[in-house]
Amino acid sequence: MIKDITLGQYFPGSSIIHRLDPRFKIIMTTIFIAMLFISNNLWGLLIGGVFALFTFVLSKIPFKLMLKSLKPLIPILIFTSIFNLLFIDGGDVYIEWEFIKITEDGVNMTVYMAIRIIFLIIGSSLLTYTTSPIALTDAIEYLLSPFKKLKMPVHEFAMMMTIALRFIPTLIEETDKIMSAQKARGADFESGKIMERIKALIPILVPLFISAFRRADDLALAMTCRCYRGGEGRTRLKQLKSGLKDYIAIVITLVFLLAIIVINILIQDL
Amino acid sequence: MSIIKTDNLTYVYSVGTPFEKTAIDNINLEIEEGELVGIIGHTGSGKSTLIQHFNGLLKPTSGKIFIDGKDIWESKASIRQARFTVGLVFQYPEHQIFEETVYKDIAFGPKNMGLSSDEIDQRVRETAFAVGISEDLLQKSPFELSGGQKRRVAIAGVMAMEPKILILDEPTAGLDPKGREKILNLIKAHHRRTGCTVIIVSHSMEDIARYANKILVMNKSKLFCYGDTAEVFKRADEISKMGLTVPQITRVINELKNRGINIEDEVYTVKYAKDVLLKYLSEKGGRAHD
Repeated sequence: MIKDITLGQYFPGSSIIHRLDPRFKIIMTTIFIAMLFISNNLWGLLIGGVFALFTFVLSKIPFKLMLKSLKPLIPILIFTSIFNLLFIDGGDVYIEWEFIKITEDGVNMTVYMAIRIIFLIIGSSLLTYTTSPIALTDAIEYLLSPFKKLKMPVHEFAMMMTIALRFIPTLIEETDKIMSAQKARGADFESGKIMERIKALIPILVPLFISAFRRADDLALAMTCRCYRGGEGRTRLKQLKSGLKDYIAIVITLVFLLAIIVINILIQDL
Repeated sequence: MSIIKTDNLTYVYSVGTPFEKTAIDNINLEIEEGELVGIIGHTGSGKSTLIQHFNGLLKPTSGKIFIDGKDIWESKASIRQARFTVGLVFQYPEHQIFEETVYKDIAFGPKNMGLSSDEIDQRVRETAFAVGISEDLLQKSPFELSGGQKRRVAIAGVMAMEPKILILDEPTAGLDPKGREKILNLIKAHHRRTGCTVIIVSHSMEDIARYANKILVMNKSKLFCYGDTAEVFKRADEISKMGLTVPQITRVINELKNRGINIEDEVYTVKYAKDVLLKYLSEKGGRAHD
């Protein structure tokens, strides 16, 4: 079913990770990604892994859900692994046959890259699983607010994102409904050649676009009626608040980052 | 033999997530051929979920469903067959219109059935006539039509498939009284003309009372009762307690009876109420003259 797509995949909960300030969570995720890419040895990646595991356990997200978010990654993993294996040259040569040449550096890079990508997805999924989309855009607006000085329409940008996120479930539901309605009229989306299948999408896409435009129109009108006029002087219903737990969390994250930097230097010295 | 039969039908949404919800719970039901059934119930009582099972759009979590004596989930072919046997008109059906012309949109269903173009042409013209869409509108874009016309085109799209069972989910939602009347009348006419089984989901007790001969009441995912209009409205008290209203005229008559006026109590339409009251008055008047 189309409903199984996890977009804006917030998983409601009340764990400590859920309750952290979204601004801090975004910064921590960024630091975590930095950790993965600056560590140039397995020990560093291991520390990154421990950090991810630690956060994951605290967040109380079901293991199955996490696996589900990793599933679409498999083709990308295979693809990058093959490229890394074949095209990176350096170190000892393990296998050489015709144009295929697998080297030590290639194998290393493949393993590192695979681990990095997996951790990267785990980290960013943790962010989206534990933070509601609205909190996320609020935090992004706050974090981007320095760019307002450069005349960047930060508020409008965040509002657009909020609206887009808000309408994802609505549009999914709408698609579901239209699909059901066309199926009831005997439309067949599951069989036939590729061209037939593409053609079969027209009865879904046309009504979907029409309804999306209608909704956009209605929303714009409703916002105008409530005197919406952009971000200037606008206050919030839900203020973002940071507390002691957020500072502790960020300090822990920084300690992990520091550990990785230290290990990097130590291993280089060896 | 009953045309629709359900056997302990249960459906649960989003199994295994925090949003899990039982939409319909253990429904056992038999609908006879040729009935005009009205389904009533609150928003979220499981009406829409129930009717989506009748043509195999939703697969029951447990239980079975038989259309014309056949288990529709037996094979892939039997589901497709069920889609053609049972025509389902969704809420706001005009939102599913997509073709360039009214003609093509009505023809979409029959075309999917693999009918010959002659047969399609005949069916399109017939149903367009039946729903009151004139010939000159057929080549127009459906998006140029009025709301009521669009709705009738969308309903015609399903009627043209000539299903043995026609199900309409809130066919009058969002229409003005005149539009409502028109839609309900054409559904009634279709029922009379083709003798097919018709199921109407509605919020309006008045509409159901006037058009249906059987009523099915859903309450909190469960089948509350299914029976003749008279039988169901006898339980007016219970239905009112559920927060559904019986027709206003029935309430008026019941109240008159409570005040000691001796009239028939199975009155659901204004027209019939008029007859009953006139009869009562003339009898009373007659007695006064004695």
